[in-house]
Amino acid sequence: MSDPLLIQTKDLSVTFSIGNGVFKKQQLKAVDGISIDIPKGSFFGVVGESGSGKTTLGRALLNAVPISDGHATYDDGEVTYDLAGLDGAALKDYRKRAQLIFQDPYAALSPRMTVRDIIAEPLEVMGLTANREETDARVREIAAKCRLNLEHLRRFPHAFSGGQRQRISIARALVSGPQFIVADESVAALDVSIQADILNLLKSIQQEMGLTFLFISHDLSVVAHTCDHVAVMYLGRIVESAPTRQLFKNARHPYTKALFSAIPSLDPDDRGSAQKLVGEIPSPTNQPTGCKFHTRCPYVTELCKQQEPPLVTCEEGHAVSCHRWEELQEGITA
Amino acid sequence: MSLIDVRNLTLQFDTDEGRITAVDNVSFSLAPGEVMGLVGESGSGKSVTAKALMKLNARNGHYSDDSQITLHLDSGPVDVMSLKRPRDMAVIRGGAISMIFQEPMASFAPAMTVGSQMVEQLLIHSNMNKRQAKELSIEMLDRVGISDASTRFNQYAFEMSGGMRQRAMIAMALSTKPKLLIADEPTTALDVTIQAQVIDLMKDLVDEFKMGIIFITHDLGVVAQTADKVAVMYLGRMIEQGPVREVIRNPRHPYTQGLIDALPKLDDLGAPLRAIPGDIPSPLERPSGCVFHTRCSQIIGDICKTHLPAWADTGADHRTACHLCHQGASA
Repeated sequence: MSDPLLIQTKDLSVTFSIGNGVFKKQQLKAVDGISIDIPKGSFFGVVGESGSGKTTLGRALLNAVPISDGHATYDDGEVTYDLAGLDGAALKDYRKRAQLIFQDPYAALSPRMTVRDIIAEPLEVMGLTANREETDARVREIAAKCRLNLEHLRRFPHAFSGGQRQRISIARALVSGPQFIVADESVAALDVSIQADILNLLKSIQQEMGLTFLFISHDLSVVAHTCDHVAVMYLGRIVESAPTRQLFKNARHPYTKALFSAIPSLDPDDRGSAQKLVGEIPSPTNQPTGCKFHTRCPYVTELCKQQEPPLVTCEEGHAVSCHRWEELQEGITA
Repeated sequence: MSLIDVRNLTLQFDTDEGRITAVDNVSFSLAPGEVMGLVGESGSGKSVTAKALMKLNARNGHYSDDSQITLHLDSGPVDVMSLKRPRDMAVIRGGAISMIFQEPMASFAPAMTVGSQMVEQLLIHSNMNKRQAKELSIEMLDRVGISDASTRFNQYAFEMSGGMRQRAMIAMALSTKPKLLIADEPTTALDVTIQAQVIDLMKDLVDEFKMGIIFITHDLGVVAQTADKVAVMYLGRMIEQGPVREVIRNPRHPYTQGLIDALPKLDDLGAPLRAIPGDIPSPLERPSGCVFHTRCSQIIGDICKTHLPAWADTGADHRTACHLCHQGASA
């Protein structure tokens, strides 16, 4: 691999204790033993249904939820941090380097602050600028990069449409000069016409500033167009991970295939050809034994119910966690 | 014979900032058993149009005098605009017309069991007694693929997952056997795998109950999979309508073309995404002429800024309101 790694995790787990009372404590494993490598300057996609743990993974990498097990390291060439034991000054410094863009631009912006104050807040809180002039200059620079009209800086968020608000959120995330950005469903709440605009903006910012993105989405077609590498999550585990083109050409895991075929086709004559998944994602407090996908998998065997499949490399950069991937591959070609 | 006829529907709202036009001269009709997709960005007026069919809009709304909505029922035509009292409205609301909303958690009362809500509406809209209503409700829950329906009947909405809630919502909407079902973004809040299941379910139910459906969505892929015909709205105006194959394969309005181009395509990953430039204007600042001219990439000249384009026939049952189409016809 040519690019150095910005984020590297090894068996990363996040467990929450839920329920009240001494005897009713339950453990919820939201992220369960995940190992990923995110190269510097890449657009790394994480896909899965709600409840698959993709948001928790993103938050763990931002140190917004405690890591219960395993390792995660951040290395941008200047500094190296072990994310599990980060505190004090190191944590403050990491906050500058890693930022989050939220899903809902209507809920993410304070209605009582002007756009200028929203974008300037991280600078003021982190003490990154010496005086007001410097802050204003920095805000204007970032606003221009995010294609915000400078006149708009004096207005309040309610005056803006969803697309413009999302551009404000992006500007706020970029203003501290981060290296690593987690975009959590950042286009899910937008119309398709606006969605394309925001994706293009993220992509151009990423290339221009050499940033690294973790792009979390439930929409495979959006991920396909933006990411270099995609990891598919199911119930806290990675079931398949591959470079985008490879994954789209040659998906191996039955879950990935089902996700693809569930995307509504734009061809009105191509109705009902989709291979539909039955049922829903099981509750994370009551996880199935063996392969976690076996309750919905059309190719389930006894082995799947008992033993969890390992994540094996089937091709360069392409890993899959399924007992039967080789068989199924042959079955499709035959 | 059509099921519902809408003619010149215009609806304005009085707000603190002034009077805004939410629906502007919209006309369409729908036959029984037909599925119409109503497409547009947020703020295009699709939900307001659908709600107008049940007169569900807020009190500050004013319908123009020539707005006409006629519902053709077995008992004869009903002039929806003339219905004033809530008692008269019961014929349409939840009776002949049912509605499914986007967020199923917000549409169920949180402190009543799902079953008691289903029974309640059946008692209002039919002559059933409680026992019959309960039997039918459980049967409908079973019909939409909810396992262990008699247990689910006694549960609250929060005890169900998103997909199951939406199924229960569909069961509830269909249990009164409506002639027309309005589905307002019924799959937007769901995961793709669950969306595929719900779309399948709705297709089966249309075949079985032979009702008309107005399917509101901003996802053209969902429309391609479900609808027979499509109507595209922008800023309160209908700008293109026609059979689904025609509109999706051969879109004539620049806005419809823009919506299709903006969709990420799976068969060509390298192609850049093309956004429609700009944002939908505020309804307080409606552009003159063609409402789309401020964002249109194929503007032909001043005529777009000054004159409202008339409908042009652009194929079998395919109509487009754009000056470009008139130009092509005269050339």
